[in-house]
Parts: sequence; C-alpha cells; structure tokens
Amino acid sequence: MFPSRIWRDSKHRYRLEAGKCTKCGKIVFPYRLICPECGHREFEKVILPDTGKLMTYSVIRVAPSQFTDQAPYAVGIAELENGVKLLAQITDCDVEKIKVGMEIRIEFRRIQTDSHQGVLSYGYKFVPKWY
Amino acid sequence: MVGIVGYGAHMPRHRIKVEEIAKVWGADAPSYKKGLMLREKSVPPPDMDTITLSVEAAKNALKRAGNIDPADIGAIYIGSESHPYAVKPSGTVVAEALGATPDIHCADYEFACKAGSEAMFVCLGLVKSGYIKYGLAIGGDTSQGAPSDALEYSAAAGAAAFIMGTDNLIAEIQETHSFMTDTPDFWRREHEFYPQHAGRFTGEPAYFRTTMGAADAILKKSGMKPRDFAYAVFHQPNGKFPMRVGKMLGFTKEQIEPGWLSPTLGNTYSGASPMGLTSTLDIAKPGDMILMVSYGSGAGSDAFIWKVTDRIDEVRDKAVRTRKLLDENLTYVDYGTYAKFRHKILKNE
Ligand SMILES: [Zn+2]
Repeated sequence: MFPSRIWRDSKHRYRLEAGKCTKCGKIVFPYRLICPECGHREFEKVILPDTGKLMTYSVIRVAPSQFTDQAPYAVGIAELENGVKLLAQITDCDVEKIKVGMEIRIEFRRIQTDSHQGVLSYGYKFVPKWY
Repeated sequence: MVGIVGYGAHMPRHRIKVEEIAKVWGADAPSYKKGLMLREKSVPPPDMDTITLSVEAAKNALKRAGNIDPADIGAIYIGSESHPYAVKPSGTVVAEALGATPDIHCADYEFACKAGSEAMFVCLGLVKSGYIKYGLAIGGDTSQGAPSDALEYSAAAGAAAFIMGTDNLIAEIQETHSFMTDTPDFWRREHEFYPQHAGRFTGEPAYFRTTMGAADAILKKSGMKPRDFAYAVFHQPNGKFPMRVGKMLGFTKEQIEPGWLSPTLGNTYSGASPMGLTSTLDIAKPGDMILMVSYGSGAGSDAFIWKVTDRIDEVRDKAVRTRKLLDENLTYVDYGTYAKFRHKILKNE
C-alpha cells in the first residue's frame, strides 16, 4: 500500500472518525465533502462506536497474494450501535464459528504488511465480542 | 499531587503451553515448568504488534480516565524492545489512533524490560513540572526468544498504559527511586533477530541485585516497611524471580499474587511490571499502598510507591480487568501455528 494512501486514510482507519451532516444528521464514513442525503457541505466530527452486530460475511479461502498466510479468513459487514454500517476483516476467530447476528467489537490491528521492507498499514478489524 | 488518572492493559487471546514447546525440542517440560514456575505464555497473532497492543491498552486507560479530551495529552512515550519499525516511531501511530495529534510530544523508549516504567517516570516528571497536562506512558512488547532457548518458554506479548495527571487521580505517586549499573546480562545487537543472554548471570548480579537495590533504597527514602504495603509488583521474567525477590525483601505471597501474572502470561518484557500494576489496581482498595519495581537488563530498576485513592471504586470496571483478559476466552495454539504467527518459518518472499 502506498504510504500516501495510508496517511490520507488514517483519520477514519485509525480512529473511526466520521462526519455528521449539520443539516440532516446523516453520518458519513469515511468523510465526504457533500452529504449524499441532502447535499449540505458542513459536517461535525464524530467518532463511531466500537461495538455492533454482524449483518453478513464471506469466507475467503483463496486469498490475494498479500493475505495468503491468513486464509481462510472472513470479511463482514457490521451495523454499529448508531446504525452506521462498516466493512472489515473478522479476526481472532475460527471462520466456522462466525454467525450472522453475532456481536462484534472493533479492535486496532495491522491490516497489511508490505514484505519485510514496506510500510505497515494499521486500521480496524472486527473481533467477536466476549465481554 | 501527581499520579495515575487512568490505566488499562491489553494482551492476545492466544496461548501456548510449555509442554507444546518442550515437545518440539526434546526438553523436559516438568523441569521447565518447575524451574520457571510458568505453565503457558501469550502468543500474538500476526496482525497484533506493540503498536496495536499499545492502542488498545491506551483506549482502556482513556475509558478509566473519564471524559478527558485526547487532545489534552501532551506526551506519549512507548517503552518496548519490539517496536515494529527500526526507524519510525510507534508513538505517532498511537497518538493518531487516539486523536491526540498534532500538539504532542512523542518518543519511543528502549531499556530491555524496563522501558515501560521509564515512560511512566518521565510522564510523572513532565506532569509535575507543568509542561504537560496529561502524559500517556505505555510499556508493551511482542518479545521473541530464540527457538529452543530457555527464553522461548517465557517471551510473551502484552501492554499496559497509564495516563498521568494532577487531578481526579486513581493512585498518587508517593516516592520514586531508580537504580542502574552497567551489567551485561542480556542484549541484542543491531540486525540480530533474537537476543543473547548470560545464562545464570542474569539472576544474582543482574535481576536480584538491581531489583533489591531499587527496592531497598525506596523503602529507606520513604521510611516504609514491607508490612506497610497492601501489594508489591516486581518485574516478572518468569514466575519464580518475582516471588523470590519479594520474599527476600520481606513481602508475603499474598502481597505479590494479585500482580503476579507471569505463570500463565509469560514475560511481557516492557509490559511486565506495568501490567502487574494494572491487575493490582483492579482489586485494590482506597488507601492501599502499592510498591512497584521494574527491571531491565543492562541493567536498571525503577521503583514507585503508589497510594490508591477513593476514585478506584468508580473506575475499575469502566474497562476490562487484566485478569479477565488473562484467564478467559483463550485459544491454545500448537507449535506450528505459533511458529507461523511469529514468523519463525522461512518462506520465499
Ligand atoms: Zn445532510
């Protein structure tokens, strides 16, 4: 991954920073310049909650080259407590035990490791919520 | 008054048992378990490192600190011997993840297993001087021991974070003392993957002399006796050393046990005594006095005397307790998985 892209995305990837439209209240994640709901251009900063429910998922068994070591792994969409939907990898769990509707927690993890020399990219992943 | 405003820990859920490692190397598991007083250790999965452990531990510290604005954190210092980059700070990633940038001072510390307590000491000083409002001190590691070396049975992963400040304290700092000498008991040269150690020399002249030196001096400085403390936390390279040094100093098993995590966690290096302090605070009562003494090879110890305040009862369950992370929701891995997780298998790039 390009260092410039990691840097550009760090607000939302690192700390789940989203924008809330000051006119209609729509929460956009990641940040946008124009509200897709009402066309307004002003947003206030909000941090997304770190727990939610898994809505759907897919198990990846034939992974792209940079993720082959992790296969099989799951990627899912979760609905957070405030209704925002998020796509992320589901980590720290047996893919056979994942269920739609299970509660998840968001944790900060390494997303991608570019060989031994490249920059490390960090961001959010889902883990099964157990406490 | 200066002290801890918030504290938190984090560790992987994966564990490997001493038997599983001993089996691969033809070693005698019962003698390792008895010799080290250690049954299993934590294993970080490939997507966890010192930076990610630090972020999660710091988030738990922020939860216990109440509603402090991350932007008011004036310094983040991370002590580790396993910073993911050789050149590029861990602290800036953590600061960005917490929303504490850009008006902040960051530095990464190294001093074998003592780097975390060093961060704590510096944050206390900066808060006390008034240079910063809050300082975040983190000790964390994902340490590696060379395959088949005695260290492989104990080198583990975990982190603890402390937010230092001047009001709404959970624990007030009463006294500090540091003790260091040049003692080559453990080292890792640049570009080397695994550390070297001086075998038995790591015990008497290194760990015991240094830990006792710091503990004796801080007891003398404060005029306190072991019986004046509710709890004592020592660096824990294995299960045996902290119990033994505690008893040599006159502390009882009951005083040491709440912060004694190493028998099932292993040695989390820079995270070790700081994590022990978090699990001790988890069960401490207002008014309790706690002695903490770290140890880092090379060699030095930082000693602290903490006095727990009334606020502990309000905040301890605002984040997950350290013992819960240690004892529950565990996944045991075999040596093959552990070797893969820790990049011990040679692959074509
Ligand atoms: Zn809108």
